Amino acid sequence: MSPPGRRRLRPRSAHGATGAPPWQLVLPALVALSLLVLPVIGLLSRAPWSTLPERLADPAVLDTLRLSLLTATTATGCCLLLGTPLAWLLARADIPGRRVVRALVLVPLVLPPVVGGVALLTAFGRQGVVGQWLDSLFGVRLPFTTVGVVLAQTFVALPFLVLAVEGALRSADSRYDDLAATFGASRWQTFLRVTLPLALPGVASGAVLAWARALGEFGATITFAGSYPGTTRTMPLAVYTALNSDFDAAILLSLVLLVVSVGVLVLLRERWTTGVAA
Amino acid sequence: MRLLHRHVQPRTVTTAACLLLVAGAVSCSSVAQPADGRPAELIVFAASSLTDAFADVEQTFEAEHPEVEVEVIVDSSSTLAEQVVAGAPADVLATADEATMQRVTDEGLAAHRPVTFARNQLTLVTPADDRTSVQSVVDLERDGVTYAVCVPDAPCGAAARALLDLLGVDAEPVTEEENVRAVLTKVTAGEVDAGLVYVSDAEAAGADVGVVDLPRAGEVLTVNRITALSQAAEPELARDWVTLVSSAQGQRVLASYGFLPAP
Repeated sequence: MSPPGRRRLRPRSAHGATGAPPWQLVLPALVALSLLVLPVIGLLSRAPWSTLPERLADPAVLDTLRLSLLTATTATGCCLLLGTPLAWLLARADIPGRRVVRALVLVPLVLPPVVGGVALLTAFGRQGVVGQWLDSLFGVRLPFTTVGVVLAQTFVALPFLVLAVEGALRSADSRYDDLAATFGASRWQTFLRVTLPLALPGVASGAVLAWARALGEFGATITFAGSYPGTTRTMPLAVYTALNSDFDAAILLSLVLLVVSVGVLVLLRERWTTGVAA
Repeated sequence: MRLLHRHVQPRTVTTAACLLLVAGAVSCSSVAQPADGRPAELIVFAASSLTDAFADVEQTFEAEHPEVEVEVIVDSSSTLAEQVVAGAPADVLATADEATMQRVTDEGLAAHRPVTFARNQLTLVTPADDRTSVQSVVDLERDGVTYAVCVPDAPCGAAARALLDLLGVDAEPVTEEENVRAVLTKVTAGEVDAGLVYVSDAEAAGADVGVVDLPRAGEVLTVNRITALSQAAEPELARDWVTLVSSAQGQRVLASYGFLPAP
């Protein structure tokens, strides 16, 4: 084992000299935990287990799930393509008004999603600031299309990716960038070969966050993209619609969404945490 | 994040949390049993097509009952029925069809037999500055024309589906909205070329929409049903509301918003 002298440097265990965890912390922590876990237990206990197989076999459920996975993954791709450069600008470039830009990035994060949907309509709707030009010049209409869903999801998920990547870039040592520059690498080459690989864990966790946010998106989607089976009715919207008529169906859809999202997150997390550790 | 860096003693936080819990418990019980002297509250769940008509009824009701605060909650009848079944603290439920009301009576939640107090009929509305000019129901099938309906579970959606089938319209809508006022909003915002709403919604929107009469709409009349709920915290006020809506005065208000009289 380790020599006695080194032991002191280790963090003390929970029952070290500091004593047992104080109840002032334990009690709220337990309340917090049950608040998080009880609804999931409720979902599992009310699930229509007996009719589960036949309900799951309904092609409408799979179609909805497919639409959700397709749009959330596409939105995450858009976030990566657009958000990573924005994060780099915020972390590394000398741009004027950086604080203002960062505050702007945060807006969709604090905006209620339904307000985001209304805002998207005023920008990209048929009467919108940009939307009316898209319509009259190119005949492109975004509301009520699958592209509209991706746009809404990208809008709400982008801040998560930008913040995560910016954080990763800031904590990464920028001296490697300087070093690459002294070897004659252009800034673009430096970004691709040095900066980005170093920030990869941050990019990955940002992408996971963005994906989860996009998958759960409801308010902006139903406001901006409407709700129609096959084109815009993603899982969360289907859950909401099912609530009007069939509570069991709503629970089933919720379960599917729960299993898929938690499953994907666990898979990715294991992959990436081992990747980071290596 | 910076906000969280202030120096707050853990004890203060815990105390504040406990106080919040206690305050929550107190306010919860005070909602269930209003203390004497405080205004009574009547909560009316109403189909969204009733938005304007019931706002008008509310004024009359509050004039007759100065001590009462009426809260009209509007949404799709199916949403409201599910909420009532789930135990929502409503005193009155007014739906836009029989089926959603049946959902509530089946659970034994109606305080009396529901009353039919009005009927409604579908119509097609278009944005006021219509560029694609939907002039008849046939235009819905033209390429590039988009229209909105309610979700099939909502009364307006069920009626729309029945009527479109009757008229042999094949074109699919671009969106199924959760309630009829959401359809109306998509039209007035100019996001769709047309929407199927009730005559009363078209009436409420006034000059914001153009109206295209639908042939055979009279064959798919919907009925508006109302009942006081057995879970009502204010059972007497709930019955007063039902009585007012069914009275000659209430019927005049409903007629002025485009509703048809009950048979």
